[in-house]
Amino acid sequence: MNETIFISILMTVVGASTPILLAALGELVVEKSGVLNLGVEGMMLIGAVTGFAVTSVSGSPLLGVLAAMIAGTLAAMIFGYLTLSLTANQVATGLALTIFGIGLSSLVGEGYVGKTVDIFDSIFPAALAEHSFLRVLFGYSPVVYFSIFMTVAVAWFLKSTRPGLILRAVGESDSSAHSIGYSVIGVRYAAVAFGGAMAGIAGCYYSLVLTPMWAEQLTAGRGWIALALVVFAAWRPGRLLLGAYLFGAVMTFELHAKAAGFSLVAPEFLAAMPYLATILVLALISLRKSSGSQAPASLAKPFKPST
Amino acid sequence: MLLNLELRREPSRSMLYLTPVIAVLLTMIVGAIVFTLIGYDGPGAVREIFLTPVLDTNYWQDLGVKAAPLILIAIGLSVGFRANVWNIGAEGQYIFGALAGTGVALATWGMEGWWILPLMCLAGVIGGMVYAAIPAFLRTRLRVNEILTSLMMTYVAIQLLNYLMRGPWKDPEGFNFPQSRLFTESQTLPYFGDTIVHLGVPLAFLLAIVAWFVMAKSVFGFQIRVVGAAPHAARYGGFNANTTVWMSLLIGGGFAGLAGIFETAGPYGQMVPQFPTGYGFTAIIVAFLGRLQPLGIILAGIILAISYVGGEIAQTTIGLPNAATGIFQAMMLFFLLATDILVRYRLRIVTPAKLERAS
Repeated sequence: MNETIFISILMTVVGASTPILLAALGELVVEKSGVLNLGVEGMMLIGAVTGFAVTSVSGSPLLGVLAAMIAGTLAAMIFGYLTLSLTANQVATGLALTIFGIGLSSLVGEGYVGKTVDIFDSIFPAALAEHSFLRVLFGYSPVVYFSIFMTVAVAWFLKSTRPGLILRAVGESDSSAHSIGYSVIGVRYAAVAFGGAMAGIAGCYYSLVLTPMWAEQLTAGRGWIALALVVFAAWRPGRLLLGAYLFGAVMTFELHAKAAGFSLVAPEFLAAMPYLATILVLALISLRKSSGSQAPASLAKPFKPST
Repeated sequence: MLLNLELRREPSRSMLYLTPVIAVLLTMIVGAIVFTLIGYDGPGAVREIFLTPVLDTNYWQDLGVKAAPLILIAIGLSVGFRANVWNIGAEGQYIFGALAGTGVALATWGMEGWWILPLMCLAGVIGGMVYAAIPAFLRTRLRVNEILTSLMMTYVAIQLLNYLMRGPWKDPEGFNFPQSRLFTESQTLPYFGDTIVHLGVPLAFLLAIVAWFVMAKSVFGFQIRVVGAAPHAARYGGFNANTTVWMSLLIGGGFAGLAGIFETAGPYGQMVPQFPTGYGFTAIIVAFLGRLQPLGIILAGIILAISYVGGEIAQTTIGLPNAATGIFQAMMLFFLLATDILVRYRLRIVTPAKLERAS
C-alpha cells in the first residue's frame, strides 16, 4: 500500500474518532459523578443543528461551536433538573432527551437541509497542513486538537485536582460526600452541564467538519457508541482515547472497503459493523479477569438529601 | 411564601393516576406557548394535534390502526420496565419479527390456506423473541448491559432489512424497486368492511386486556409485580434474577415481533425499506404514560396515536413540520417524569407565618 493512501486512511480514522471521543469524555465525567445520562445522542443532534445554523447565519464556525456548546448544555440542564432536582428516573429521562433531541433538531434543521457553510481554516501554515506526510500531524480541524487537549485535561482534573477528587467521591458514595458537607446535587449539575457542552461540540463536529452539512439524524447512533465507549474504557480517560481510535477505525472501514472496491460482503453488513463491533467489544471486556465492576458505585442512583 | 417537598409515607395512588393527565395537559399548554414563540400557530397546533383526531369521527379508524402496534409493544416492554430490565431495542425486535413473518410469507407465496397467516404471526413472535434473546444472553451470561446491546441491535436490524429488500427478497416482478412481493390474500390480515381497520387492531386491544387479567390475577403477574417493587424480596422468594431478565426480554421481544408482523400483513401488505418508523421508541413513552399497567397503556396508546394522526393533520392544515409530533411526544414524557415527584412527595406551601411558628 502506498504511503499517501495510508496517511489518508489514518486521517479519516482520526476524523471519525474525534466526535465519539468528545462525547464520551463528557459522559465519562457525568458518570464519574454518579449520573447516567443516556441522552448523549439527543444532545449531539441539538449541538449539530445549532452549530450549523449559527455558522450558516454568522459565517463563523467558531461562533457555531460555541453556540453548539451552549445548546448542548441547555439540553443537559433539562435532564439535570428532572433527574437531580426532581429525582426522576435517569434511564427514562435520558431516553426522553434523545427523543426530544431528534424532534427538535429536525424541526430547527428543516430550513438548512442541503445548504453549505464556511468551514474552519487550518491553524497551521499550509506548508505543514498540506504536506504529504506532515499533514498526518497538522492537517486536522482545530476541534481534533481540542479533543486531545480535553482528554489530557479531564485525566488531570480527575486524578490530580481537588474538585476532581470531590467529583469522584460524589460518584462513589453520595451519602458520605454529603455528610462531609459537599453539595452532591451541585457537583452533579456541573458534571451534567459539562457532559452537555461536550456532546454539543461532538454533534457540531459532524455538521461543521466531517460532512459538513445538515441532515436529519446526522449522528446516526454515534451518541450510543460513545456511551458504550465509556464502559469499554472502564471510566479511564487514557483508555477512552485508545478506544475512540479503535472504534473510529471500525467505523471508517466501510468507507475504505468501498473505496478499494471490496465487494465480498454486502455494503449493509459493513454499515452494521460499528454496532456489531460495539456489542462484541462489550461482550469481550466483560470476560476480563478483573470482572469486579469498575463503574462508579452510585451510578444512576438518585440522591435526595434529607433536609 | 415557600414551596416545600415532604416525603409521603407511601406513594400516592391518586397522584399515580392523575400525573399522566397533568402531563398531557401541561404538554398542550407549554406546547402552545413554545410553538407560538418560535413563529408557528401554537394554539392551532395543539387543536389540530390533540383535538381534531378525537372530535372528527372520520379519524377514529386511523387512531385504532396507529394505537394497535404502540399498545402491543408497550405491553411487552412494561413487564421488563417493572422489573428494571431496560429493553430499549423494541424497534429492532419489531423489525426482526416482521422480517421473520415476511420470510414465511415469501416461502408460502402462491399457496393458499387458513394456516398461512397464523404461521406468519407465530414466526413474528418467535423472530422478536430470538432477537431479544441476544441481549438477554449477553446480560445473563456476560453481564453486558442490555440498554446498549438492545439498542445496537436495532441499527443492525435496519441494515438487515435494507439488505434483504435490495437483494435476496426483492420482488422479482417489482421493476427493481427495493421491496418484497405483495402478500397474497392468504397472507394479509382481513379488514372490517371497507374500513382501514384490520384484524390486528381488535387483537391488540384484546391482548392488552388479557395482559391486564394475567398481571392482576395470576401468580405469574404477582411475581412480576414483586420483582419490580422489591427485588430483594423476590430473590428470597426464589425468583431468580436471570429468569427475570430472560422473561422480560422474551416477552418484550415477542410482543414487538407480533406488532411487526401485524403491520406488514396489515397496513403495508408487503415488506418495504421504509418499514421502521420509530414505533418501538414511541412505545417506551406509551409504557410510562400508561403507568406500566395494561389498561393505562391502552389509554396512553390512544393518546400517542392521536398525536401521530393529529401531527399529520397539522402538517396539511396549518403547515406544522412533521418533527413537531416528536417534540410533543417527548414533552409528554418529560412532564410525566417531572410530575412523578408528586407521587412520592407532598407539595406543601409554607407561608411566613407558619415558618415563624415552626421556629
